[in-house]
Amino acid sequence: MAEPARMARAPGPLLRVENLTRYFDVSPPLLNRVFEGKGRLYVRAVDGVSFEIDAGETFSLVGESGCGKSTVARLVVGLYQPTRGTIDFEGVDLGSAKARAANPQMQARMQMIFQDPYASLNPRWRVGDIIAEPIRFRRILSGRAAIAERVGALLRQVGLGANDAERYPHEFSGGQRQRISIARALAGEPEFLVCDEPTSALDVSVQAQILNLMKDLQRRLGLTYLFISHNLAVVYHVSSKVGVMYLGRLVEWSETKTLFARPRHPYTRMLLDAIPDLAMSGRARTPVAGEVPSPLNPPSGCSFHPRCPWANERCKSERPEAQRVPGGGAVACHAVEEGRLPEGPAVAPPAIA
Amino acid sequence: MSSALLEVRNLRVEFPTRRGTLRAVDDISFSIAPGEVLGVVGESGAGKSLTGAAIIGLLEPPGRIAAGEILLEGRRIDNLPYEELRKIRGRQIGAIFQDPLTSLNPLYRVGDQIIETIRTHLPLSEAQARKRAIDLLQEVGISSAAERVDHYPHQFSGGMRQRVVIALALCAEPRLIVADEPTTALDVSIQAQIITLIKRLCREHKTAVMLVTHDMGVIAETADRVAVMYAGRIAEIGPVRDVVQNAKHPYTQGLMGAIPSIGGAEERLAQIEGSMPRLTAIPPGCAFNPRCPKAFDRCRVDRPEPIPVGTTQVACWLYEDARAKEAVHG
Ligand SMILES: Nc1ncnc2c1ncn2[C@@H]1O[C@H](COP(=O)(O)OP(=O)(O)OP(=O)(O)O)[C@@H](O)[C@H]1O
Ligand SMILES: Nc1ncnc2c1ncn2[C@@H]1O[C@H](COP(=O)(O)OP(=O)(O)O)[C@@H](O)[C@H]1O
Ligand code: SF4
Ligand code: SF4
Ligand SMILES: [Mg+2]
Ligand SMILES: [Mg+2]
Repeated sequence: MAEPARMARAPGPLLRVENLTRYFDVSPPLLNRVFEGKGRLYVRAVDGVSFEIDAGETFSLVGESGCGKSTVARLVVGLYQPTRGTIDFEGVDLGSAKARAANPQMQARMQMIFQDPYASLNPRWRVGDIIAEPIRFRRILSGRAAIAERVGALLRQVGLGANDAERYPHEFSGGQRQRISIARALAGEPEFLVCDEPTSALDVSVQAQILNLMKDLQRRLGLTYLFISHNLAVVYHVSSKVGVMYLGRLVEWSETKTLFARPRHPYTRMLLDAIPDLAMSGRARTPVAGEVPSPLNPPSGCSFHPRCPWANERCKSERPEAQRVPGGGAVACHAVEEGRLPEGPAVAPPAIA
Repeated sequence: MSSALLEVRNLRVEFPTRRGTLRAVDDISFSIAPGEVLGVVGESGAGKSLTGAAIIGLLEPPGRIAAGEILLEGRRIDNLPYEELRKIRGRQIGAIFQDPLTSLNPLYRVGDQIIETIRTHLPLSEAQARKRAIDLLQEVGISSAAERVDHYPHQFSGGMRQRVVIALALCAEPRLIVADEPTTALDVSIQAQIITLIKRLCREHKTAVMLVTHDMGVIAETADRVAVMYAGRIAEIGPVRDVVQNAKHPYTQGLMGAIPSIGGAEERLAQIEGSMPRLTAIPPGCAFNPRCPKAFDRCRVDRPEPIPVGTTQVACWLYEDARAKEAVHG
């Protein structure tokens, strides 16, 4: 099948977000505030996140539930507007609704795939119409026959059959529905896909099929991915770079191999240490005490300090900023900066899942 | 095993429907010893939860046990009248489900729920039961348990709620715990805490645990033995180390290859083609045969029964064959 032609690209990263911030107003209604003397209340879902993604690579975000991964994804594709910060896509700022509206050709080049393959497909539409929708909307092709042919090709590309276009979503399994979501995302001929936990609702066997498919498509179509997952083994498998989020902040990012072999930030070390050990090496696990604090009321200074074994007075009062580290990547931790952290419990190859 | 605490023999669970009877669990047998954790893995729809529900006596009608026996400490429990079964559940069998909210009543303080369960099963006064509730919350790692005991479920985070549910399942000191995906909804860090807790309880109280999950990592960390289910049957069951590191059944091998590993260098994951059959279309012979890279003629006709292969039991004709050859040559 003919691959969609790519525009010649300017050098530099495909996506660059800087100081990306999104607060949600969760204040009680005005009357309650007046009578109960309560102030406004904000969730700091994403709080000053910066990263870059080069064309053709996969950048992953990991972190515990509620740390802001999905909010970053939704900000990047324009489903939410940032409170602050810039979203620069090939040199064009898409950080406001106005800028997005003024640059429809940029917006068209990114698509999102969601976690829940059950909720994200319209149950009353035939699969063919679901996949054709972006083609019609963006006027990529016209004429019934041409569109039907393209839909058939897309279905085959994701491992389904052309005649599946006639069927309804409920006739498919979870993994097949996720393939349909991918076909729909590809129909708009994007080059940048934001995938929010695309396999978290699926069995490992189906997950393997979808991850293999995504890698094949990346290679064939030169796609760039922002990939979101809380599964570190999946992230290790798919990513070229990984960013670790905690309470709305990016606490560390680096090349995948480096991050897993030499985690620097205490939170990254804790996450890696918590992964169940499939190799059954008898590695002693230190289950971490405590849980993620509420983003309504994040701890002062470094928000990880209540759970961090290396926290000191400075950590409680002063928020660490991300510092570049030798060998690429960045870490936001006072102890790393001061060099008072022992070399981490590295998770060394081979094979720990 | 005569020392078994739980013994399941030839269990079959069926759903009568207008278009015929669906067999969701088909002739499975296994046992669990005191203090042992049996992991049960398999793709969704394999019959894991229904097996657990049959053991605790919580199958939703029209689902029913169509054949087989379930024995707890040598006594049949699958044919008991409802009231007697209810007493056993809670007293001798504790249940933990994936979503802690289904086990906790949002309108009652967690302490009152634990105290009520304790007093239903044990002859304790209100004050004694309250003391025990606080001790239990402490035991499952909830700090300031004396205050927390008076909080409502929504005041706890997901991980803490799951620990409350574990405390609730433990409060009458059951001999067996059936845990269905107890950590699936939790983050890895909390998951690690819950797993450590389950292991410790098993060791200290000699509780037997049936741990249902589709996460092989959790099984590898927690279980002593593991049963791999496929399309309502046990494909392979044996010591966890042997099954995880030296899988014999082609389905188990496929499952293990599909799991991405940290440090692994593979560009592509091993992939089992196709998907699990629906209950209405289970293929004849070995249910795995349309997806099995090693299937041969016999697999499409005869159904393999579990046979011992080394330390594990495997339901696959590949091994029957090997055994037959051995018999001829040996
Ligand atoms: N529309 C909203 N209104 C108010 N708060 C929100 C909204 N969306 C997200 N939040 C809050 O922002 C924080 C980050 O949420 P987000 O969905 O980005 O987390 P996540 O990292 O994707 O978590 P998960 O792994 O559970 O999907 C959470 O505390 C969440 O409750
Ligand atoms: N109430 C029901 N009616 C008909 N089929 C059911 C019902 N409940 C479960 N099943 C079927 O029984 C099979 C096993 O289900 P279950 O034990 O829940 O699987 P799992 O291994 O995912 O826990 C599945 O095919 C499921 O669709
Ligand atoms: S800044 Fe301090 S509290 Fe935060 S992670 Fe580093 S050492 Fe721990
Ligand atoms: S019995 Fe045959 S089809 Fe079934 S798993 Fe064994 S080799 Fe494969
Ligand atoms: Mg999310
Ligand atoms: Mg289940």
